Amino acid sequence: MFVINCPHCNEPREEEEFHYEGEAFIARPAEPETQTDAEWGDYLFMKKNPKGWHWEMWGHSAGCRKLFVVKRNTANHAIDGAWTLTEARAAYDAEMAKI
Amino acid sequence: MALKCENSLSLLAHKPITGARLNKDYSIWKLLSQGFKQHQGWTPAWRNPEIKSSYDVVIIGAGGHGLATAYYLAREHGIKNIAVLEKGYLGGGNTARNTTIVRSNYLWDEAAMLYEHSLKLWEGLTEEINFNVMFSQRGVFNLGHTLQDMRDIERRVNANNLNGIDALALNAQEVKDRIPMINISKNTRFPIMGASFQPRAGVARHDAVAWGFARAASNYGVDIIENCEVQGMDIENATIKGLQTSLGYIRTSKVGCVTAGHSSVMAKAAGIRMPIESHPLQAFVSESLKPILDTVVMSNAVHGYVSQSDKGELVIGAGIDHYTSYAQRGSPHIIEHTAAAIIELFPMFSRVRMNRQWGGIVDTTPDACPIISKTKVKGLYFNCGWGTGGFKATPGSGNIFAHTIAHDEPHPLNAAFSLDRFHSGHLIDEHGAAGVAH
Ligand SMILES: Cc1cc2nc3c(=O)[nH]c(=O)nc-3n(C[C@H](O)[C@H](O)[C@H](O)COP(=O)(O)OP(=O)(O)OC[C@H]3O[C@@H](n4cnc5c(N)ncnc54)[C@H](O)[C@@H]3O)c2cc1C
Ligand SMILES: [Zn+2]
Repeated sequence: MFVINCPHCNEPREEEEFHYEGEAFIARPAEPETQTDAEWGDYLFMKKNPKGWHWEMWGHSAGCRKLFVVKRNTANHAIDGAWTLTEARAAYDAEMAKI
Repeated sequence: MALKCENSLSLLAHKPITGARLNKDYSIWKLLSQGFKQHQGWTPAWRNPEIKSSYDVVIIGAGGHGLATAYYLAREHGIKNIAVLEKGYLGGGNTARNTTIVRSNYLWDEAAMLYEHSLKLWEGLTEEINFNVMFSQRGVFNLGHTLQDMRDIERRVNANNLNGIDALALNAQEVKDRIPMINISKNTRFPIMGASFQPRAGVARHDAVAWGFARAASNYGVDIIENCEVQGMDIENATIKGLQTSLGYIRTSKVGCVTAGHSSVMAKAAGIRMPIESHPLQAFVSESLKPILDTVVMSNAVHGYVSQSDKGELVIGAGIDHYTSYAQRGSPHIIEHTAAAIIELFPMFSRVRMNRQWGGIVDTTPDACPIISKTKVKGLYFNCGWGTGGFKATPGSGNIFAHTIAHDEPHPLNAAFSLDRFHSGHLIDEHGAAGVAH
């Protein structure tokens, strides 16, 4: 059990109000027709599933019903932050640029 | 390719047990003579060897599946120089945490044949490894609560029967006749409409399976090394050369990775992508009661299942927590939800006190089926993705994975369970038989 701060409601609420929506920032290929089977299978099915920090989507299903992004540590359930999709994309890109 | 039952039956035949194995057989005479010595003379069931710097085959993960793989590699394929490396203690992963349901009533031919192969091995396992795994074929009920559930049950039972697997479709009264205390009243949130029933299904003792395979493998000379974490893979020209471990470097040309919830971590070390997500799965047990439930009852619709252990505890399992995690714990509301479901099925359990609760990390796949496969790295094999339901497959999984490693070629029973299927599109959708049910 953990508490998530919905960036839309701007209020910390219990995890039970939310629905987990999976790994964030999986981009749909711009031209599906040109994809090989391997590329398309990777897009559909392959997951990072890291042990450690994970960028993931949550929906505030029993609240404002909006989607947003959480950075959560899968090894101990610590949460680093929660952002709207646009804010999160910027934060994620900045983090990736550092690696 | 659909596997036909006749072909696979010959694959299922047990080989005779050969001389070299098990010099220290357990027997009634051993038990009696030890009784006179206050049981002070028992020796450890498996060796605790020094790690060597090189092995012919290294298995990563000493859960039931890894230990069974090592055992069958030694016994059926004559490979002797094998190590099983375990980062914690033997059998301390999902093997120790599961609710021990064993059944084979899966919908699709490929899955049904795989789990039936395993069920057949369970039926002879205690004798084969001379270790009581307490396999108890007390039957498993999968309840249906909606018309669609009942149609799916009918379809699955028919598919099972066509594959030579025992299965019956029962109506609510027939369920009640077999389990008198179950609540089939219409005044519940999700009334029970019927069930599928597999008489040969049941439960086994989880620890005994790990210990029994460890002892049998050790007797063949397999080195089981606990507290040894694999931290990296040495791969050259897409070929495995060795492993970096917390106890130093180990040279080997064949590695079988059987690390359940940690399979994505291992795959990443090898530069392979996996369609796996690791989720907490929780279970809990009650105080001990007099024998009250002599079978296993599971319900996908209300997310709960229950059996009674030989110690008298009710063993209750939940559905997965939806977020990914490696923390071996889940959220309390899942337990609350499952307890509510069990009490609706069995109102008389409402005042039973719960004793212990825990979580394991299960490796789920998009089609609820395992991956038992070669990889793009030569000599590196993965056996994972068993998700919420791999305990039942322990002997069968080890048996065919050993074949895959020894021959560098899948066994006919696991050819369909390759990693490639996520690129070719040949998924084996077992969500109906394995989504929540274990
Ligand atoms: C609560 C719960 C209930 C379940 N109920 C059922 C059920 O009723 N019926 C059923 O069929 N299945 C059930 N399952 C699923 C079942 O437990 C698993 O599918 C099965 O036990 C997996 O066995 P394994 O040997 O592959 O994994 P594990 O027993 O988890 O073994 C994997 C081992 O790999 C080790 N490892 C990981 N990383 C490394 C590393 N880097 N180096 C060295 N070692 C490493 C781990 O420490 C672990 O011991 C349940 C699971 C849970 C959690
Ligand atoms: Zn909100």
